[in-house]
Amino acid sequence: MDAQTLTYLFVGLSFSLYIGIAIWARVGSTKEFYVAGAGVHPVVNGMATAADWMSAASFISVAGLIAFLGYDGSVYLMGWTGGYVLLALLLAPYLRKYGKFTVPEFIGDRYYSDAARLVAVVCLIFISFTYVAGQMRGVGIVFSRFLEVDIDLGVVIGMAIVFVYAVLGGMKGITYTQVAQYCVLIFAYTVPAIFISLLITGNPVPQFGLGAEVVDGSGLTVLEKLDSALIDLGFTAYTDGTKSTIDVFAITAALMVGTAGLPHVIVRFFTVPKVSDARISAGWALVFIAILYTTAPAVGAFTRINFITEVNETSYAETPQWFKNWEDLGLIAWRDKNGDGTVQYRPGKPFEGKPAFEGESRGKSGERILTNPATNSANEVYVDRDIMVLANPEIAKLPDWVIALVAAGGLAAALSTAAGLLLVISTAVSHDMLKKTWMPDISDAQELRAARIAAALAIGIAGYLGINPPGFVAQVVAFAFGLAAASLFPAILMGIFSKKMNKEGAITGMLSGLAFTIAYIVYFKFMAPEMNTADHWWFGISPEGIGMVGMLVNFSVAFVVDRFTPAPPEDIQHLVEDIRVPSGAKDAQSH
Amino acid sequence: MNSEHKETQGDDAEATARIAYWKANLRLLAKLLAVWFIVSFGFGILLVDWLNQFHFFGFKLGFWFAQQGSIYVFVALIFIYALRMRRLDREFGVED
Repeated sequence: MDAQTLTYLFVGLSFSLYIGIAIWARVGSTKEFYVAGAGVHPVVNGMATAADWMSAASFISVAGLIAFLGYDGSVYLMGWTGGYVLLALLLAPYLRKYGKFTVPEFIGDRYYSDAARLVAVVCLIFISFTYVAGQMRGVGIVFSRFLEVDIDLGVVIGMAIVFVYAVLGGMKGITYTQVAQYCVLIFAYTVPAIFISLLITGNPVPQFGLGAEVVDGSGLTVLEKLDSALIDLGFTAYTDGTKSTIDVFAITAALMVGTAGLPHVIVRFFTVPKVSDARISAGWALVFIAILYTTAPAVGAFTRINFITEVNETSYAETPQWFKNWEDLGLIAWRDKNGDGTVQYRPGKPFEGKPAFEGESRGKSGERILTNPATNSANEVYVDRDIMVLANPEIAKLPDWVIALVAAGGLAAALSTAAGLLLVISTAVSHDMLKKTWMPDISDAQELRAARIAAALAIGIAGYLGINPPGFVAQVVAFAFGLAAASLFPAILMGIFSKKMNKEGAITGMLSGLAFTIAYIVYFKFMAPEMNTADHWWFGISPEGIGMVGMLVNFSVAFVVDRFTPAPPEDIQHLVEDIRVPSGAKDAQSH
Repeated sequence: MNSEHKETQGDDAEATARIAYWKANLRLLAKLLAVWFIVSFGFGILLVDWLNQFHFFGFKLGFWFAQQGSIYVFVALIFIYALRMRRLDREFGVED
């Protein structure tokens, strides 16, 4: 069977598995729909959390980012794993003890205020939609490259699958589907990594392979070889960064805190039976995530080596097939600036902007002709970082079934995250807005129907964003983390650790953290993108890292306002005392 | 807790125990978060250049902490926390 048929087979099989699980796990109450009846085993929940968290971006983009950023890519590795320590130690057990369904619900109750709840709902919806648009686009890319269907049709198929299991099964359906999706995605990620590690270093464990010697007889380790190859071409060494220390610090902090404040991740810890389960479950989640996140830097380094050896100083006619396949999709481009018919890979942009092709017309070596104005750099190759993991099996000449597996894994990663996000959006609408704010009298069955309708609508919007991706999707990813770091995380943290924090402090804190972060990102990303350089940033902190400062603004404003306004009522202070001890979690849940 | 069966004195003792439990929890958090900060922000970022002069299984040490080591420590920290808290819960009789 060829790669195409195998891909259809693998994707088809995995999709029928997800649908099968959805039918088995369909739900009848809001409690099952929102938190899977709070009866999920901690290890199972850990696995589902890992799938929920690891999105198309983790699966497709992280290794590619690291391949091209080297040391600077560490911000994503530490940022997206270190957040779980904060989540496990500072938030998850207490929120589980509190025992309600949603993050805005906690904020609304703890700060005895509908305004606080609505601010939280708005943050949540904005963060989640930003994220989900990226997932749908990931689904589209995988479909178009591996199944050769139109990107739009790919998105529609993905929407239909998510619709079936999210709307039918709610959190329960999503949890068990995510377990299956985790297995598919981690298998699909590690198998090619093991193959490539064996090919390059002879060591089957990628985490060790990254430190091992290359088998080309040079006696150099992978990282030494990469460092010297890159320095020869005029890049900075792979193990040295180009970002300033303060920026690396700020981005890592913003990503960590943002991760801990992401509603679709927090809500997963509402689904386990006990407080102690929430703690241990976060540990399992990080184990399952760490398997991918410690493999990714190895994959990144191997890929960069392969890319340099296969492409640099190779004549276009002799470049490998994957180079031409991705060029056909417009994600690789080559402009023969010196007219020697050979590909030169050097630092700097090869031309201005994203590649724009002159239809299907070909140059004298057979390459697609670009209309972009060339730059002065010696670099001739444009490569979209997002393709590296998908192209990896082809670059390393792995068997066809591995390519098919990677396609199924990429889809699993995108769908699992999309489903988790859509669920928190629909919950925020049906529970926090309808039931808690506008229509407190609706019955459980009506609320469940509202949740399903909201989920269906959210899927529709997500699909629309996937088919017509707003040009700013890539730019606003920083938003999601920055906003979570500057708004939700401090509000929840103070709600648990400060008995005296009142609604005035929390609300002004959230709003000022938000306003500051939004203003900074909007200014540098949209209003004055030409100013978006280290010279103009405050303290040298990029928009990606500004969430850390936003968080500090939130805390400072909250504590100052808190000092000048009345303390929270007695019963709220008792509530805080109560969530600090694990005993009695079962009771709290049923009221 | 079945506090409703107890007299006022019992409630006081219970409140003191809760405060002691919370303080013990905070001390544990402070220790674990210090380690969390040192391995990631310390070894992986602030001290990375200095640590890179040492080698560890073919890696520069600072680079290893930034891309591998810190993640392993994070995992260990959460499990240590979960186990120590379970012991603490039992000690103070507040298990769920």
